[in-house]
Amino acid sequence: MPFALTPERETAFQELQSRYPTKMALCLPLLHLAQDQNGYVSEDVIAFVAQRLDLSSAHVKGVVTFYTLYNQKPVGKHQVWVCRTLPCALRGAYDVIEHCEKKLGIKCGETTSDGKITLRTAECLASCGTAPMMQVDKEYFENLTPKSVDEILQKLQRS
Amino acid sequence: MLKHTDLLTKVYGVPNGWSLAAYEQHATGYRSAKRVLTSMTTEQCVAEAKKANIRGRGGAGFPMGVKWSFMKPHPTKPAYLVVNADEGEPGTHKDRTLMEQNPHACIEGCIIACFGIGAHIAYIYVRDELHLSKQRLNDAINEAHAKGYLGKNPFGTDYAVEVVVHSGAGAYICGEETSMLNSLEGKRGEPRMKPPFPAQAGAFGCPTTVNNLETVAACPVAFEMGCEEFSKLSALHHMNDGGVRLYGLNGHVNKPCVVELACGPTINELINDVGGGVLGGRGVMCVIPGGSSTPILRPSETVNAPDEKSPMHAWHGKSVFDVPLGVDTMRGCGTMLGTCCITVLADGTDPVMALQNLMYFYHHESCGQCTPCREGSAWLDRTVTKILDGHGTMADVGSLHDIANNIMGNTICAFGEGTAMPALAFIQKFRKELEAYVTGEKKRKDARLTLADDVWGSVGAR
Ligand SMILES: Cc1cc2nc3c(=O)[nH]c(=O)nc-3n(C[C@H](O)[C@H](O)[C@H](O)COP(=O)(O)O)c2cc1C
Ligand code: SF4
Ligand code: FES
Repeated sequence: MPFALTPERETAFQELQSRYPTKMALCLPLLHLAQDQNGYVSEDVIAFVAQRLDLSSAHVKGVVTFYTLYNQKPVGKHQVWVCRTLPCALRGAYDVIEHCEKKLGIKCGETTSDGKITLRTAECLASCGTAPMMQVDKEYFENLTPKSVDEILQKLQRS
Repeated sequence: MLKHTDLLTKVYGVPNGWSLAAYEQHATGYRSAKRVLTSMTTEQCVAEAKKANIRGRGGAGFPMGVKWSFMKPHPTKPAYLVVNADEGEPGTHKDRTLMEQNPHACIEGCIIACFGIGAHIAYIYVRDELHLSKQRLNDAINEAHAKGYLGKNPFGTDYAVEVVVHSGAGAYICGEETSMLNSLEGKRGEPRMKPPFPAQAGAFGCPTTVNNLETVAACPVAFEMGCEEFSKLSALHHMNDGGVRLYGLNGHVNKPCVVELACGPTINELINDVGGGVLGGRGVMCVIPGGSSTPILRPSETVNAPDEKSPMHAWHGKSVFDVPLGVDTMRGCGTMLGTCCITVLADGTDPVMALQNLMYFYHHESCGQCTPCREGSAWLDRTVTKILDGHGTMADVGSLHDIANNIMGNTICAFGEGTAMPALAFIQKFRKELEAYVTGEKKRKDARLTLADDVWGSVGAR
């Protein structure tokens, strides 16, 4: 089935159009809208974005592969990103990563077998003053402790 | 002398401090933008802005007013303001606090800056991960619209201004200004060759000013108190480095934070008076003064400026940790001021492991356009990892220097220098430690970045 935006997202997209002088500028915003709905950027999404913005699918694919936040494959229901960069590492990021891997039984880059959680590392997320930290879906969790990490993961596993 | 101020941060921590009501009660409440739009010409606005001596808060420290003056009206093309809120430089965590806690200062700043450069649209490019920041900015834009501060006729004038929040999609390099312009245009975020500079051909091929978010957000308060008065708050006003700014503190300090201070605190003041000292009362091994691309400083380093005419002479013989932080003073110390967010590494931290962490970052984030950067960053990462793993040779240690030097000056954008300079500083200042991994005196299994008595320090051996 070809991809199409839900009516609410279609409206959001229409509103965006007046804000940019070119159609191409809508490429990143439209990919975000589509990924929000679809979970990842499939071939169908690429075809949809290309068609709506009069771009070649090669251009859209080039964009998708450049940015780390466009998923090129299906991912879990929840995304856990643990920041690994130096300021966080100074406050325990490597241990947070190991802790998560143990608790979830997966390695970074993998998804739990029930499809619930994808675990990944991230580069500095502008939260170094409250390190260590991780991002879960669209939310930040800062000043992590072993206890708070357990609570966050348990909540995700139950959801 | 440490001088705490609250020009940008008064609403931080106030209930609903991000609302227009709080902004009107505690801050400039769009009075500055109103005054600029209703009583100044563009030329007057730029002349006033120059007096603030606001050195770009994004890292390079270029004077804001001078950058604005490069914008010349184009006969057919519109002008754009692009505000850099990508905040991706490792160790930098200040712009996010402005967006989350004082979004109206960002919007009011956009109105003033748009007027100064002759633009009617400001794009605030926010990294995608900062969802709360984007939400707060959009809410602020809606409130400002409802009040008639934005739109076709702000404050009843006919100088239209719109502010648009644009999401990135996860790429450190998009913080580099020309990469950001490509990204805004819907392309891969690859930096462009300069010239042309953005003021000639920037966003959508039109004259564009790119400013950091904090640079722009400082305008309302500067214009309210008078830009010269604002500049004079700084200990470095005489060096054309004016006003107040946000300082971040992270790493091994007791109280990591973001604080607002008059420009010119010293590293020692920040660590001890603001940060409550190093965890466990330890000494400092080194600091990264302003984001990971700025070369490290060690407390034992002193200023060498015997020449009385040198701008650094006032600090001759002093520790670099006792020099006021400024764009030119840090250059004088052989590093860069960068983003004013300081990362502290305590004694006992492994510098080779720290270097490896950073080189992994640069390897991961190079956009790949230039061979010296793409290959050099990969090679640095691989070689440092090899040394850390105990498989390196003395020749490998020596090669680090050559690899880094081959990147310098041979790339399209400053990412190359941002990778090579910190690498060179680590290699020069911690050569013995690198060599200790070759001789086997040190082993990766004993290396750690955390401190044993910190929250996670007792969990693993890291
Ligand atoms: C690799 C690289 C990354 C950068 N990242 C940022 C960033 O995240 N935020 C920022 O404001 N400036 C960043 N800059 C600096 C910008 O290119 C530009 O100088 C700045 O936005 C100009 O604004 P200012 O003059 O107000 O500082 C980066 C530069 C380079 C070379
Ligand atoms: S220096 Fe590096 S990041 Fe910059 S354009 Fe070249 S390859 Fe890309
Ligand atoms: S290093 Fe983790 S948020 Fe900056």
